[in-house]
Amino acid sequence: MSDVTMAEATSAYTPESTRVDETKRWTYVDNIRTNPGPFSDPIAGTQEAIEQFDKIKVLGAGGLGCEILKNLAMSKFRDIHVIDMDTIDVSNLNRQFLFRKDDVGKFKAEVAAAFVMRRVKGVDITPHNCRIQDFDAEFYKQFQFVICGLDSIEARRWINAMLVSIAEEGEDADSLIPMIDGGTEGFKGQARVIVPTITSCIECQLDMHAPRAAVPLCTIASIPRQPEHCIEWAHVIAWDQEKPFPQLDKDDPEHITWLYQKALSRAQEFKIEGVTYSLTQGVVKNIIPAIASTNAIISGACCNEAFKLATSAAPPLGIEDNYMMYSGNDSIYTYTFKHEKKPDCPVCGQLSRPLQVNPRMTLQDLVDSLAVRPEAQLKKPSIRAESKTLYMQFPPSLEEQTRANLDKTLLDLGLEDGQNVVVTDPAYPLEFNFSLQFKKEV
Amino acid sequence: MTEVITQTPPILTGAPSDKERKYDRQLRLWAASGQAALESSHILLVNSGTGTVGIETLKNLVLPGIGKFTIADDAIVRDSDLGVNFFLDEDGLGKSRAQHCTELLVELNPEVQGDWFPKNGEPLSLPDVLGNEGPYTAVLYALPVHPRCELLLQEYCNQNKTPLIAVHSTGFYADFKITFPGPFPVVETHPDVTATTDLRLLSPWDELIDFARGMTKDIDSLDNHEHGHLPFVVILLHYLDVWKATHNSAYPSTYAEKVAFRKMVSEAARTDNPEGGEENFDEAVAAVLKTVSPPSLPGDVKEVFAYEHDSPIRSSFWIIADAVKEFYEKHGCLPLPGGLPDMKAQSSVYIQLQNIYKRKARRDAAEVFESVRRASGGDAIDPAEVDLFCKNAAFVKLINPKNNDPERLLEVADEELANDEMAKEGIMPPSLFPIYLALRATAYTPSVETSFPEDILKDMMTLVPQLGDQEPYAHERYEQAAQEVIRGASGELHNVSAVMGGMVAQEMIKIITKQYIPINNTCIFDGIGSRCQVLRL
Ligand SMILES: [Zn+2]
Repeated sequence: MSDVTMAEATSAYTPESTRVDETKRWTYVDNIRTNPGPFSDPIAGTQEAIEQFDKIKVLGAGGLGCEILKNLAMSKFRDIHVIDMDTIDVSNLNRQFLFRKDDVGKFKAEVAAAFVMRRVKGVDITPHNCRIQDFDAEFYKQFQFVICGLDSIEARRWINAMLVSIAEEGEDADSLIPMIDGGTEGFKGQARVIVPTITSCIECQLDMHAPRAAVPLCTIASIPRQPEHCIEWAHVIAWDQEKPFPQLDKDDPEHITWLYQKALSRAQEFKIEGVTYSLTQGVVKNIIPAIASTNAIISGACCNEAFKLATSAAPPLGIEDNYMMYSGNDSIYTYTFKHEKKPDCPVCGQLSRPLQVNPRMTLQDLVDSLAVRPEAQLKKPSIRAESKTLYMQFPPSLEEQTRANLDKTLLDLGLEDGQNVVVTDPAYPLEFNFSLQFKKEV
Repeated sequence: MTEVITQTPPILTGAPSDKERKYDRQLRLWAASGQAALESSHILLVNSGTGTVGIETLKNLVLPGIGKFTIADDAIVRDSDLGVNFFLDEDGLGKSRAQHCTELLVELNPEVQGDWFPKNGEPLSLPDVLGNEGPYTAVLYALPVHPRCELLLQEYCNQNKTPLIAVHSTGFYADFKITFPGPFPVVETHPDVTATTDLRLLSPWDELIDFARGMTKDIDSLDNHEHGHLPFVVILLHYLDVWKATHNSAYPSTYAEKVAFRKMVSEAARTDNPEGGEENFDEAVAAVLKTVSPPSLPGDVKEVFAYEHDSPIRSSFWIIADAVKEFYEKHGCLPLPGGLPDMKAQSSVYIQLQNIYKRKARRDAAEVFESVRRASGGDAIDPAEVDLFCKNAAFVKLINPKNNDPERLLEVADEELANDEMAKEGIMPPSLFPIYLALRATAYTPSVETSFPEDILKDMMTLVPQLGDQEPYAHERYEQAAQEVIRGASGELHNVSAVMGGMVAQEMIKIITKQYIPINNTCIFDGIGSRCQVLRL
């Protein structure tokens, strides 16, 4: 217990003296900033480092936003921007602690920024109620760091590509904007630091986040065995056939109930057990379990890296180790290591990435496989080979012109072993270079 | 005479309640049973120092909905608190820190109650808080504290069989230790689903044998559709029969034999069909090495079976564990969990096979239940608890604390010093034991502001005399840890306390819900290297 007791307190503070002494307030953070330790960078604690810190502008985004804003404000960062397009849902309240029941439906960025500014006087937080993709390079260039707790891999890849391209085009160190990325799933999570063009990037690490194998359509359509198969049937087949509502809204309980009941009657027909409302919602929305404690661990680790980067008070993750994995299911286990940069990374590498293909597969098969291959994960790919357009998803006129190619095999299309193809996807602001590697016929 | 036809609105059967909607993302991890345990818990925090790590822990417990928390803390809110503790603001300056934190914490979840001590400017009486306000499900205290206070908490927890957690966060370093009041068994450990497959291919029972033989007696005359939809379990059972017929009735047991068996299965797949292969055979081939092996007893379960538990009051866990052990000794295997992984098959065939596994699991559980009933004290045990145990039998875990072993610290010191000999070569990361020791050496020092690294190093060497004999390299690491602890001047860094608050809350949730596996027993966090180490101390 503390050394100051209640009795001393009453004399120390009179009602009118409740303004905060800013110097005293930041005693602990400043202790660390001004007293270099055995592991600090030589610049730590110098006037230069202190002044630099005060000018830092940082950007936070995503589902870990509440934790990140709190931690940044409590680390004495003064100029913070936050991007989040989402509005508050009741299921956020078990962990996103800046939101209350009355806030449901409001913009997360706005409510979170207002709350933290109310609590921590002196911090300036600018909310942006939109998608990260709505901003261009000029916007991102104003920040010294970006901290993301995004829940979609797509958004991570987009901002990663943006920051790498800023670094590639920029001339000085200011164009290197480190990205600190955190993600959680249940009792597990990871925190990583990316220094664009210098360290391994999100795209280099893509295979660490392989998509779940999809259930084959024929299983869903004709031989369901699991409750999930019945739910997928209701979701992708029954809904399309019956169109009970004009558009599926996964957040509308009435729509989920419709799917649930459809799935349930199909399950009964096949004597399959285990279809519940909760499972239906989980499958349809691809819900990932999330709890306050894991979010706290990962966000704390991310903001600790930001603090170390900004103050030089201790070596941050980045050049050497750059990735921390956390798992709390069975005891506590962390693994902190260096993820190596990949020379064939489509974003930060120079070489095209090899793509194993069967030359007798159709272009359609190739297009479909790009969505599920861990090294690609592109859902709407358009493909061209040197001078020849193979398939374009957009615009509709080009789609129509190239559609006939989908049924042709790679051999029919005149593609060769080792040939380079360029893939684009509307979700990402860049081209992916692959080189086709024909599998030997057995 | 008009008949009023009332249209009943559609009933949203199975739709979640408000509470289920709010807690949806966590109910998927610990289910209603875990949630109920949380909601009936009462946590005591005895706060001290700069006071943040304990409050961050409570935040992560209030959000998921513990029943109640109580904060004992006689500090008043100072300017410096506002730079590290988010659950305080200037309205609280000069007032009770415990009260102000409580008020800002209960805002997070209207379903949680919060209380604080001392009240009305009275001095804090820890014996009263312990004696009159409990009982507590778990007690957490933040270091540094006075040893007298620590002793009171230890006595209370010892007497009341309450888990006690001590947490210490300063600068970039932090650690926490859980003291379990006795052996702590966990049934619902939530292993990875891929690890739980238990098909008993080498000890099939009659019903399973008949089913498989029925499907494969004319395997070569099946049409392509039927052949391509044989469940892989049935395929493997069939070819195991074929193998035995040519191998003196023995199953493939060595690695080489399993590889040969896998080749046999692979060659039995039809390739003259339009697809040029069969998915179900691919599944069978992929499953050989993992599933064609006799049942074995996992080490953690051996530990449960071997544990001496002759105390007069036997909990339901131990009564069931004894019955499962009896089952194991009789049959040479654990009760069947009864799950069947998804596999390519016709719906009705898969469901039949699934039911064969389920029925066997029910029979096994019923047998265990019978012997539970025969045991003294077993008549009150719920069959559902027996079922749950049987389902998880291969994954039950016993946290076996060996508290208050004075030699243990020296043993660990030797192990960690040996580890660092290898770490020097870069084979493994260096031990975090120096951090633990530096924190331990300052665990009762209210402020190290006026201390020197040499003082702390001296205290570390009092705890672990071996340090004196170390080479300069090893020695330097302990010196650096001491310097780093001084540097923070006993102040917390918010981020580090946020990380620690997350970990401590997560461990407390595991203990309260008795789900997932808590640490045994000390976790050290290094905010400089961004990693953790767990040691049993
Ligand atoms: Zn890259």
